[in-house]
Amino acid sequence: MADSAKNDKAVAADADTDVTPNVSEVEVSEASTTAEVEAVLDAPVERGEPILQVRNLVKHFPLTQGILFKKQIGAVKAVDGVSFDLYQGETLGIVGESGCGKSTVAKLLMMLETATSGEIFYKGQDITKLSGRALKAVRRNIQMVFQDPYTSLNPRMTVGDIIGEPFEIHPEAAPKGDRRQRVRELLDVVGLNPEYINRYPHQFSGGQRQRIGIARGLALNPEVIICDEPVSALDVSVQAQVVNLMEKLQDEFNLSYIFIAHDLSIVRHISDRVGVMYLGKMAEIGSDSEIYDHPTHPYTQALLSAVPVPDPAASAARDRIILTGDVPSPANPPSGCRFRTRCWKAQDKCAEEVPLLAVPEVFAGRKTPAAHESACHFAEERQVVPAA
Amino acid sequence: MTTTTEKTGRVPEPRAGDASGTPLLEVRDLHVEFHTRDGVAKAVNGVNYSVNAGETLAVLGESGSGKSVTAQAIMGILDMPPGKIPQGEILFKGQDMLKMSAEERRKIRGSKIAMIFQDALSSLNPVLSVGYQLGEMFRVHQGLSKKDAKAKAVELMDRVRIPAAKQRVGDYPHQFSGGMRQRIMIAMALALEPDLIIADEPTTALDVTVQAQVMDLLAELQREFNMGLILITHDLGVVADVADKIAVMYAGRIVETAPVKELYARPAHPYTRGLLDSIPRLDQKGQELYAIKGLPPNLLRIPAGCAFNPRCPRAEDLCRTESPALHAVTERDGTALPGRGSACHFWKETIHG
Repeated sequence: MADSAKNDKAVAADADTDVTPNVSEVEVSEASTTAEVEAVLDAPVERGEPILQVRNLVKHFPLTQGILFKKQIGAVKAVDGVSFDLYQGETLGIVGESGCGKSTVAKLLMMLETATSGEIFYKGQDITKLSGRALKAVRRNIQMVFQDPYTSLNPRMTVGDIIGEPFEIHPEAAPKGDRRQRVRELLDVVGLNPEYINRYPHQFSGGQRQRIGIARGLALNPEVIICDEPVSALDVSVQAQVVNLMEKLQDEFNLSYIFIAHDLSIVRHISDRVGVMYLGKMAEIGSDSEIYDHPTHPYTQALLSAVPVPDPAASAARDRIILTGDVPSPANPPSGCRFRTRCWKAQDKCAEEVPLLAVPEVFAGRKTPAAHESACHFAEERQVVPAA
Repeated sequence: MTTTTEKTGRVPEPRAGDASGTPLLEVRDLHVEFHTRDGVAKAVNGVNYSVNAGETLAVLGESGSGKSVTAQAIMGILDMPPGKIPQGEILFKGQDMLKMSAEERRKIRGSKIAMIFQDALSSLNPVLSVGYQLGEMFRVHQGLSKKDAKAKAVELMDRVRIPAAKQRVGDYPHQFSGGMRQRIMIAMALALEPDLIIADEPTTALDVTVQAQVMDLLAELQREFNMGLILITHDLGVVADVADKIAVMYAGRIVETAPVKELYARPAHPYTRGLLDSIPRLDQKGQELYAIKGLPPNLLRIPAGCAFNPRCPRAEDLCRTESPALHAVTERDGTALPGRGSACHFWKETIHG
């Protein structure tokens, strides 16, 4: 019960700090010069070893008042202490409702936003503290695929220019004469005709545009790809094509994915592990079967039970939990457990103590699929998705 | 059907279960086309469907399948030009709405047939309070005073379970959350207790937990008022929970109709089967998803024969030359399956394997 002992201590120390006791230790690399850092970043990571480790990541967006002398009157706590590991070669799904902070996490991992506090270790190197050439090397290895294939491609650039643009920023990735050829190869890899290299984005359908976005993400041979709702804007029949393509590419190029989506069915399909976020915090994290077949956090249970199942027989047999109300404002989140305002199990303890993301005591040490990390004081197993 | 269209200009009074057996709404051989610079886009090519009081018809299709255009034609809110309805009938309680005058249609719109739109934020006027917008229905259609209309608005907001309706009636749309805004849209559609509601992707923009709340509310109100409901969606999951019967659309035509349970159990059209196979399931983890190859057709150049033939795994020469009619689907031994139809030359092979 080492975990719970640590828990108690942490709670006693400060109920407001978020300690995630049972994520693995980070092996911080000791490289100090830029050259050393670059060497660390170039080193390969074994399959199944952590490649990206996030610790207590926080992003608060300030709320200001006044025009000239801006006074901070509060903060939107978009991400408020999130920790997780991404292992090499796996797909980590992150699900949650709109406003839970999942896209902000993606932006923080891409260094498109600066974290308020917390660390992001890529191969043991804290990338929030890097700058200059070392940061550029990190960025080459972490790429992103965006949600909306209509706004994420510049309408005035040809497909060849869009996919080839990463080579302008990272010239070492492909020699100048080879670039057109490389772009053609990339088009072929994502299932588009290489002859389309001179076309413009408007000449493509939504699914094809998303393939262009994926080809751009692959251009620099990254190790990690962060996909922020990559298929939500696509039609059902096209969604399947893109999801299959992403799975194929993962095997082919040995990629690690962070797959952010609100569609729980797709996340289950593609992910090895799944994290459920609620109001800037991770509510529950575990393997796909632990989360979907043995959820222990009430929010996960409610979320799963609300997903419509495309099978009238199965959906009649389902245990449905309909939550009342809406997600509270992240500028003024509830004290204690953030889910308590909508939770049917909430008691006084939930308002006072922030539940930690840890294996719940009742399951600790037992070999059951329910023994995964869940941030609830009253975690218990409840099957909401009947096995098919 | 032998009902003669009387030119009374008024819609007959009884709301449900008409003795005549006339469906509440019947769409017959509806065609809609858009004249564009590049040519004529045939958005709807001969759609037939009907809805009875208290019944939910789900119209399922991908973007560009013509499901929303059909709904707009029924509501009479199609932009004409560029839109044009070259042929077809839309019978509401036996009367062809396409032959009515603009004034007659205006009386039906809102009070007899109402619509819920997908994106509540852009459908509500941002500079008017929700109470004013809800009350507008009563002021315009029933000539109530401002004060009475406002009282009615509060009542409506209560009915769709918006907490503290009395305090919030003066609030503006941006002050409400997505789910609450969609409730206001529903309240607005319900205001004059219509006989038929058309809901165009009512929950697509909402999170799953809120989606469940809104769909439940809609189903409950439908039962309470015995309304007909046309639910337009692309989500096979939502449909499974609430619909009575389903019409699947592809390239402006209905390719399959069936009662909801049967459609999922035994699809009779390769497109429906492909759709069902291509969605990942929450309750099972499959290997690779089945993907329908290719893309939906360009409406300016719909393929000859069956519109689905370039993407169909079963397509033969017949499919490339002859457009299939909506065949009545039967059991292997010829027993009729009521309500089922499939526009596929090879429906027998598709349903019976």
